[in-house]
Amino acid sequence: MYKLFLRSLISVLFMLGFSLNANAEFKVGFVYVGPTGDHGWTYQHHEGRNAVEALGIKTTYVESVPEGADAERVIRQLAQSGHDLIFTTSFGYMDPTNKVAKDFPNVKFEHATGYKREHSNVSTYSARFYEGRTLLGHMAGKMTKTNTIGYIASFPIPEVIRGINAMTLAAQKVNPDIKTKIVWVFTWYDPGKESEAAQALIDQGADIIMQHTDSTAPVQVAEKAGVWSFGQASDMQRFAPKSILTSIIDDWAPYYVERSIAARDGTWKQQDTWHGLKEGMVAMAPYNSAMGSDLVKEVEQLQKDLASGKVHSFTGPIYDQKGNILVAEGAVADDGMLAGMNVYVKGVEGDIPQ
Amino acid sequence: MSFDLNFIGILIGAIMASSVPLILAASGELITERSGVLNLGVEGMMIIGAISGFALMVVTDNLFFAVIGSMLSGLILSLIFGLLTQSLLTNHVATGLALTIFGIGMSAMIGKNFVGIPGKEFPLLFLNFKESIPFLGPIFFGHSIILYFAFGLPFLTNYFLKKTKTGLIIRAVGDSPTSASNQGINVTLVRYSCILYGGAMCGLAGAYLSLIYTPQWIENMTGGRGWIALALVVFATWSPIKVLIGALIFGGITILQLHMQAVGLRIPVQLLSALPYIMTIIVLVVISRDSRKIKLNTPTSLGQIFYKEK
Repeated sequence: MYKLFLRSLISVLFMLGFSLNANAEFKVGFVYVGPTGDHGWTYQHHEGRNAVEALGIKTTYVESVPEGADAERVIRQLAQSGHDLIFTTSFGYMDPTNKVAKDFPNVKFEHATGYKREHSNVSTYSARFYEGRTLLGHMAGKMTKTNTIGYIASFPIPEVIRGINAMTLAAQKVNPDIKTKIVWVFTWYDPGKESEAAQALIDQGADIIMQHTDSTAPVQVAEKAGVWSFGQASDMQRFAPKSILTSIIDDWAPYYVERSIAARDGTWKQQDTWHGLKEGMVAMAPYNSAMGSDLVKEVEQLQKDLASGKVHSFTGPIYDQKGNILVAEGAVADDGMLAGMNVYVKGVEGDIPQ
Repeated sequence: MSFDLNFIGILIGAIMASSVPLILAASGELITERSGVLNLGVEGMMIIGAISGFALMVVTDNLFFAVIGSMLSGLILSLIFGLLTQSLLTNHVATGLALTIFGIGMSAMIGKNFVGIPGKEFPLLFLNFKESIPFLGPIFFGHSIILYFAFGLPFLTNYFLKKTKTGLIIRAVGDSPTSASNQGINVTLVRYSCILYGGAMCGLAGAYLSLIYTPQWIENMTGGRGWIALALVVFATWSPIKVLIGALIFGGITILQLHMQAVGLRIPVQLLSALPYIMTIIVLVVISRDSRKIKLNTPTSLGQIFYKEK
């Protein structure tokens, strides 16, 4: 009896200490899918975290968290240890984030690239990367000699399919003969596999390599093989100075700073953010002068038009692979259609893995 | 898909290159396991080898030092494993797992300053033959010296285990450490040597990745290849030649399935992605279904702690 009493006393004190400690200071947590040193996706989120930390806000991060059961454990752990705002920065954290959010109504959650906001303390945010893909497609269509664009894809989710479609549509506009060859690697991050995929695409005649995976391996393979490539998520230019035409850069810092301040000051509200070139969440690395000043000017103009809304990446007529119309002539795809995109447009080879 | 002979040659060359880390790590681990020690730290030793090799390449600008250094670092890590399991008699499985976790964390920490530095060109041998001889050229020439070493290693290992006295001693220690000890063999010493050798080979396998295959340092760049190597040893029923076959099949199908996707064959991609694992297991199970031989090759005392009563 005495022992039992002691034990419960200790645990109560422990919990009390925990909650006191939790209330003491405003803290922001980050969950990353890759290592901060990937120089791609996670690296950019980490840069965003650094910007929050620079404000004097205390932050914690957990890197290389697999999408699945582990993710829930990590998110729960962060919520339990007194974090007030938690950014979960990969698509696969969608369900775990919502699940944990239910149990911690006082903690705010921000999930990147997802669409589920099942509880009022979950916001989602993403960037319109497809606008960047449109620019890449334009360049690829102009630069390819073999009319074959190689695309290393990670997982068959709308985000990735949207990028493939946006790129293909833009490339077709300037070069009707282009073909998009896709290799699915089913990983966000495996340098060896990504470089094998790049090599396979090059062997199959692709002279442009594009990736929706996070390591710098594909651009390095492209550099070695003497074909063009594009960097992903951060400026990868120094890994392949000759080969890279530009990189799509994700700039999360302003958003992270804004939301962290809002959460700290109590003005945080649930929202769904989808920012693009206009707001600067998607940015382009300097264009490689090797593509000629005329093309650089063209692309810069297109970038301005996309940012101002004069041009939309998905302007009709757009057909699917079988020739059915997806978007009518003159119309543009609405955000709902973009968010749930699960078919290829005409000109993409192969099937989407189901 | 162009089916000309030279292209197939290039493809085979690429397959060989991709299987090198598996062959090296699995051959090393095979010797360790044949002495009765189960070291699950392969992935950790590989990644430490990868970062040490790369870091030394950057610091000394000398590829020879880089390669030697990577082997030494794998060896040092395995020495920790040896001290724990052989001298302090800890559990092999737990210690090996800890070694992997330690290696991954440690390599990430050392590697912080080496991210984003482009690698150095590793010299490839007989490049002129590679281009001048169609088909056979890209298969046999234009590789790094480590690849030639890796492809010779399983045969050397096989000879070593079967035909030399030291090989016999290792097998004896692996099968029955007590009897071996009674024969006057220093079991602990033999096991230490095998652990250290395995560590060095894993380090070399890691260096192959960071110096030759994808010449750069990225966190977690081994991507689970250490675990594949471990599985290969078991599925190859501890036979070095079968390890070689298994590594080639695994590397081969990994690359072929990417090509099949690029061609646009209408086969479900998930099936293609799973194919390397499925095929490797099927083939190895089929070629080693002789249970008598399996018994002959399996180190009976694998993973068991041995201590000499005094």
